[in-house]
This record gives sequence, C-alpha cells and structure tokens, in this order.
Amino acid sequence: MSKAFSAIGEDREVERDEFTPGIEPQPTWCPGCGDFGVLKALKGAMAELGKDPEEVLLCTGIGCSGKLNSYFESYGFHTIHGRSLPVARAAKLANDGVEVVAAGGDGDGYGIGGNHFMHTARENHDMTYIVFNNEVFGLTKGQTSPTSPKGHKSKTQPHGSAKDPIRPLSMSLSAGASYVARTAAVNPNQAQEIIVEAIEHDGFSHVDFLTQCPTWNKDAKQYVPYVDVQDSDDYDFDITDRREAADLMHETEDALYEGTVLTGRYYKDENRNSYQAEKQQRGDMPEEPLAERYFDEDYDWERSYDFIERHK
Amino acid sequence: MTDDELIWRVAGGSGDGIDSTSQNFAKALMRSGLDVFTHRHYPSRIRGGHTYVEIRARDENVTSRGDGYNFLLALGDSFARNPSEHAVYGDEEVKPLSENLDDLREGGVIVYDEGLLDVEDVPNFEERAEENNWHVYPLDLRSLAKEHGREVMRNTAGVGATAALVDMDLDHIEDLMSDAMGGEILEQNLEVLHDAYEQVNEMEQSHDLTVPTGEHDEEQVLVSGSHGIAYAAIDAGCRFIAGYPMTPWTDVFTIMTNLLPDMGGISEQVEDEIAAAAMAVGASHSGVKSMSGSSGGGFALMSEPLGLAEMTETPLVLLEAMRAGPSTGMPTKPEQADLEHILYTSQGDSHRVAFGPSDPKECYEQTRTAFEIAYEYQIPAIVVYDQKLSGEYRNVDASFFDRDPKPDLGSTLTEDEIAEAPHDDTGKFERFRTDGVEDGVSPRSIPGQSGGRYLASGNEHWPTGHIAEDPDNRVAQVERRLQKLDAIGDDLDERDQQVVYGDEDADFGLIVWGSQQGTVEEAVARMNDDGNSVKALGVSDLSPFPVDEVREFIESVDEAIVVEMSSTKQFRGLIQKELGNVDGKLSSLLKYNGNPFEPAEIVEAVELEQDGGGEPTAQTTLEPAAGD
Repeated sequence: MSKAFSAIGEDREVERDEFTPGIEPQPTWCPGCGDFGVLKALKGAMAELGKDPEEVLLCTGIGCSGKLNSYFESYGFHTIHGRSLPVARAAKLANDGVEVVAAGGDGDGYGIGGNHFMHTARENHDMTYIVFNNEVFGLTKGQTSPTSPKGHKSKTQPHGSAKDPIRPLSMSLSAGASYVARTAAVNPNQAQEIIVEAIEHDGFSHVDFLTQCPTWNKDAKQYVPYVDVQDSDDYDFDITDRREAADLMHETEDALYEGTVLTGRYYKDENRNSYQAEKQQRGDMPEEPLAERYFDEDYDWERSYDFIERHK
Repeated sequence: MTDDELIWRVAGGSGDGIDSTSQNFAKALMRSGLDVFTHRHYPSRIRGGHTYVEIRARDENVTSRGDGYNFLLALGDSFARNPSEHAVYGDEEVKPLSENLDDLREGGVIVYDEGLLDVEDVPNFEERAEENNWHVYPLDLRSLAKEHGREVMRNTAGVGATAALVDMDLDHIEDLMSDAMGGEILEQNLEVLHDAYEQVNEMEQSHDLTVPTGEHDEEQVLVSGSHGIAYAAIDAGCRFIAGYPMTPWTDVFTIMTNLLPDMGGISEQVEDEIAAAAMAVGASHSGVKSMSGSSGGGFALMSEPLGLAEMTETPLVLLEAMRAGPSTGMPTKPEQADLEHILYTSQGDSHRVAFGPSDPKECYEQTRTAFEIAYEYQIPAIVVYDQKLSGEYRNVDASFFDRDPKPDLGSTLTEDEIAEAPHDDTGKFERFRTDGVEDGVSPRSIPGQSGGRYLASGNEHWPTGHIAEDPDNRVAQVERRLQKLDAIGDDLDERDQQVVYGDEDADFGLIVWGSQQGTVEEAVARMNDDGNSVKALGVSDLSPFPVDEVREFIESVDEAIVVEMSSTKQFRGLIQKELGNVDGKLSSLLKYNGNPFEPAEIVEAVELEQDGGGEPTAQTTLEPAAGD
C-alpha cells in the first residue's frame, strides 16, 4: 500500500453502493436510457474487483455519457468534448496505481476525439475506454452521429445521411487496441463481465457499449434479441486471431443496421506489452509511480546545476 | 564605427553544420574571456537554403546583435546541386556570400570557400568590395579539408582561417574539438585547423580587425533561452512534458526529452497539440508537475485544454514560442504577434498568468515563477517567447544555475491534511469550496488519496465539483477564481520582474517586451553615451499586467515609443487596455519583416520622433500616437 495514496491497493470487500454518491443528483438521463445500464455495470464491476472508490479515476467527455461521473462515486474528471483519453492516459502514466477508466459517447470517441482514440489504442495504454454508442447525438437533440446508419434523418441531415457509419470495432482493432468487446445495456450480466475483463486486461481495452436512446433513436426493445457471439454456435472464431476477429467485427457492424444485435468479446491480445511496460523497458518511465515522489520528503531531487558542465 | 568587437557570421546551407560550428566558436570566444551573443537565421528546409549564425563577442556585457557585422565566413551551400532548384530559389550556391553583403560593415573581412563559390556569380562583387573597403580572402576550404580528411571538415578549415585573420589563439578551439571528438576524426580535424591557420598566416593581410581580449570574474556557461526555460522546469520539479514537434518550440521539447528519462521523468510525443496540453492537464491532476507547449499554430489547438485547466483549476505551465504568422507564416522567423493569442484564446473570461522573458536568465527566472504561481494558485501559467530567444545563446555565470530545486506541489494536500479539511455531509471533499479560503485558493487532493475524492469538471460546479447552474454558487465560484488573480498580482509586485534602464531623469522613454528588450537596452546605452537622454521599460508580466509600474513610467516621460515585432501594435494595445487613457503619449516602432531589431533602428526611431516624426530608413514603421 502506498504511503501517500492509501486508497490504492487496499485489499478489502467493496460494496457496489460505495460507488453511489451519498446524495445522488437527479439523473439528467431520460427514463429508459441505456446509460443507466453502463452505470450499473461499472458499479458492479468495480465492486467485483474490490476497487476502492478513491483508487478509481473516471474521466469522461461531454454529452449525456459525460454525466456518468455525476452518478458514480470516485475521483472524477469531466473533461471536454472528445478529450477524455489524453487526460486519462496521462493521469495513468503519472500514477500507475490509479485505476483509470475513460468514458464518452460515440460522437465524443469516434468523431471529435477520433484521433485520440486511434492513438491511445495504437499505444496500448493500460486503461479501459467505454464508448456509449447510441447511434445519435442525444444531448444536443438527436443529430446524426458517426455511428448513425446511412440515411439517418435529423435536423442536420434533413435528406438523410449520405455517410456510411463508422466501424468502431474494426477501427479499434486496426488502430491497435488489445482488448475489444461490444456489449449492450439490455444485457447487464454480460456488460458487467466484459467491464471486469476490460479493467483486468493489461493494455488498452475498448468496450463499445450499445446504449439505447429512447428519446431520439431506438428504445430498449430494438436491441432485443441480442446474440452473444461466445454463446452462439453460429459464431465459431478465435478471439486471439486478428483476422478472424476482423471478419466477425465487420459482420457485427453490418448486422446492427440490419436489425441483428451481435455482442461479446471480439479480440484479446495478452502477449502485447502495455505502453507503460514498453516505456519502462526503454528506461523512459520510472518503475515507481512518479506521483509518489512529490510526497516523499527524502527524495533527492536532481537539478540543472548537476549537468551544467556541458555548457562550459 | 569602432571595431572593439568581433561580429563573426558563418554562412552556408542548411545541413552544412553551421549550428555546431558556431556553437564551438562561440564557446572558444567565451572561454577566452569575452562576452558572446549569437543570432541564428535559417530557412524552413532540411537541406540547402541560405542559413547563417552570427556571433558577437566583446569585452563587455552584450545584450543584442550588432548593427551589421564585420567578419564573414562564407562556406557556400554544399547542398545546392539541383539545377531545377536554381529556377525556384535563385542561385543557391552563392547565397552564403551574395545574401550577406548588404549588412557587412565597411572595412569588413570576407573569407569564402573558392572550392564551392565563384565570385563571378555574385553581381558587382569586385566593385562592392572596393567601394566598402572589404578585405577578401579566397581559400579553397573544400580541397584543404579533403586533403587531410573529409569535405565536411571545411567548417574546421574556415574556423582555422578565421583564427589566423583575427589573431586568435587556437588553444580553446583545440580543447573544444578534443571534447567533442576523438581518434582519427580529431587528428584530421586538427590537421585541417592548423593547415588553414598557417596558409592564411602566409597570405598578405590588409585588414585591421583583431579579436578583442577580456576576462571573466568567474566561470561562464553558454546557454540559450530554451536552456533557461528547460532548466528552470527541471529545478521546479517538472517531470512530465507532452508535445508535438513545431519550430521553434521543439528546442525546449528536445532538451527536456533528453534530460527527463535519466531523472525518472516522462516525455510524451503525441498525436497533436490538443492531446499534448490535455496530457499535461491529466498528469498534473494526477500529482506530477507537468508542462506542454508549442508555437502559434500548435498553441491554437491548446485553446480547449487551456480553458479546461482554468475551469478545473489544474496547475499547468504552457510555453508559446512565437514565430511570424498568420497561419504557417514564416516558421523560422521571429515575431511578437501571438501576444493577444496567448492572452485571450479559449472561451469565457480568461484566468491565466503570462510572462514574456527577454534573455536566457529571465527565461530561467520567469519559468520558475510560472511553476510556483501555477501550483500555488492552481492556474495555467504561460511563458511566451519567440524564435529569436529560443535559439539565442549568451554566456551566463555558471553559478547562476547553482540553485535549490523547489519540487513541491503548492496548494496540494497530504492525506493527513485532507482528513482535517472540509467535507460535505456525504463525506465528499470540498475541493472547490468558496468560503474560508485564502486568496481564493481552495487546496486540492490527488486521485488515490483517501478521503479526497471529488469531481473536476469543465462545467461550473459546486464545492464538491458536481455540475451546477445555481446563480449564487456561480457568482461565488467566479469571484473566488478572480480573487486568485488579485493575489497573484500582489505576489508578482513583490517579485518585480520589470526592468528600467537608461537615464532615470529622461523625458523620453521606450517600452518593450520579450526578446527585443536587449536590443533596446543597447540602443538606450548608446544614446545616453552620445548625450541624448533616454530611458526604457522592459515589461515581463503580461498577465496580470503591472499597471502601476507601467503607469509610473509613462507619467515620468513626455512621450514613449512602444517597440514590438507586430504590425498591429498588440503590445501597445495591451498597455492602453490596461491603463486606459495614456494622454496620447505612446507611439509605436514596429518591425515585421522576419528579422529582429538592430540597435541602430531603435536609435533612428528615437531621433526621428524627437525631431517630430518621419520615415525610418530601415524596414521598420513608426506609428504616431493616437490623435496625432
């Protein structure tokens, strides 16, 4: 256990209610919103993993999904639209002991923050990223989003979107994420299991979380029935095989717009080092969490005078 | 013009090793007891294109480039071999000679590599040389280098020739070469150096220029503005930097990146500047002293995370190394026209601190101040400088850097302190409490600390950090954040980062900020020596602005010229915004051709203004006071 950060690594039974704020704010989510499913699964997963709320940093973007940390008790950073990932991954580099989870919507992660998504996956930062995928911009009242189906009509696409939707799973795989899964708010047990696995995975875990938006898009019924590709005999594939994973991801992405909801684990690479491990191997990152040093009164700080010789 | 100084310009193509050659020569001059000052001019190209470095050396403090120069070593552009390039850029090969003639002083010395350059290709060269009494020494540096070693050693040959022509001892040069290389390479270079030295000494010499002599009271180090900034960051305990390459900010980024791993720090080169600044915010939030930075275009991308740091009160230090704009502008040329950009970018009322240092020592001091203020008051602090200061080397007392590190996280609590701090009824830490805080600063906790959980949000928030639009809370939070700026203003008053020099009774003033300050300082000294009475104010605190000090200065003179590298008078605008009515006392001297001011241009402007105005001869612009 860390001296400066005693919430970290503490071994104890944790109740899911510890992740519920003492005074729970009035939810800004509509009745029937899939976002409640993410909140429930995340609380359950953290309790299952025995995480202390104060060793968790939840970084969110902007949108309905960004309100997640208003209802989830932990350290939180409600950042700006699309930028939760760089804030989150740096917080993790600064203190590896903190359990860092980032979350945001599909516009946040696949649109405005797409560049950060691609590079955080590429670098394989040891963290979890949950994308609330409701196929629409909810908070700003139903505009077409990167995952909206082709032909989606909204006030900003009155003639129907001419754009094919983005392929979040395929994009994640080719960018370099080492754990990729899709789950749905309508499947709470699978959702919690997947989030547990994602957090436990040593590397960048991407969970595309289907969250129905009953106000602007579909209601829960439209995500039922769903198929868990691990449980179905129709989908026999090896989740450690990049090519097989890619094929099934492609099929899954197409199927969603044809009314078939496929979910489950799609890819997992346990052999790839996390970014932190790669940096440490190169001597570019200390073994001890950097943040600890600032609370260590005995640390002998280096100073510029130590290497001024080279300028003489 | 007296030549009690050597201003040596080494010119070649990008990639010809001009930088390293000039570094070593500047160090040799410094070790011989002289004060040195370098000025770097280069194009935005990897290979080829005319580039030069100028070293000014004399036996007294040197704060500026000179007016023109007196010794040219023209190496020729060895990369200009492509005939089609000729058509686009003109005659590249001779540019190191032809482009440098306009500001070579009368009686100046020219050494050029006749192995690469033909003076027949330089229009009117013979006539100009005769007219200006230049002393020209053609040498086949290329063959000389090849004879003993390799062609790239022609720089060494040029240095040997220079030393012979200005009666400079080779000892320091040899020492520096031995420090930098060894074995056969060293031997060959030494042979090249000596051969060139001897060949020149056998030539008939007609010029009257020798290297000055001097002595330092203590050991010196040669550092740039970028070193000043980076070393201050190290001494302030900064161990995290994130960035994206961009000229000229890359200088600091590179220095830090090379130093940090050995001291267990982290450097991150990332996908864009939004991520860079956002990462500095994330690392700082997580308890590590952090910085990021860029130049104008990259800094534009940092606008969002800068605002996030302001609203979440996350300590953050950002750098902005200005270059000529707008847009891509002139990437390798200095300008001071990002002043308004750094002060006002990002939505809402800005809550930030900004300093504009003027030389490597101020770069160090003010970067230290930036870290102290940022972490004590939980606010972004920006150090704004430019391409000139970034790569400008000067000698500084080595003991200047013998300083205590100050790595503490400012107003950050330990777990024991958190236990004593106010929490709401549900046990949530009141990170952003508005009552009972000193100077508007509500101390913070760090993720992982027991009892410290809170929400940081770019939305307006309650004391626990939860999103709030309650009007009373909004007013209380806004006023608390503003209170920090008042406290910082008082703090900065005590640090007194402004400088006044010249004749304190003078009725005529100059006001300047940033990298042009040293040039104004020299101009003021020169004018006062010549019997004119002038004084100058160098401003470093850009936000909060030192209103009283600037007002006092303006009130003490009849008129003042604001000197800046900007075509829209941004600094003068800032003074007028902060001070209100300044009685039509301010006029402007502006330069925006990509080159920094020379002292003579300042002198000319003052004389013109004292005579009632007029057109400057140089590429500068005099703009009258409002209402004139």
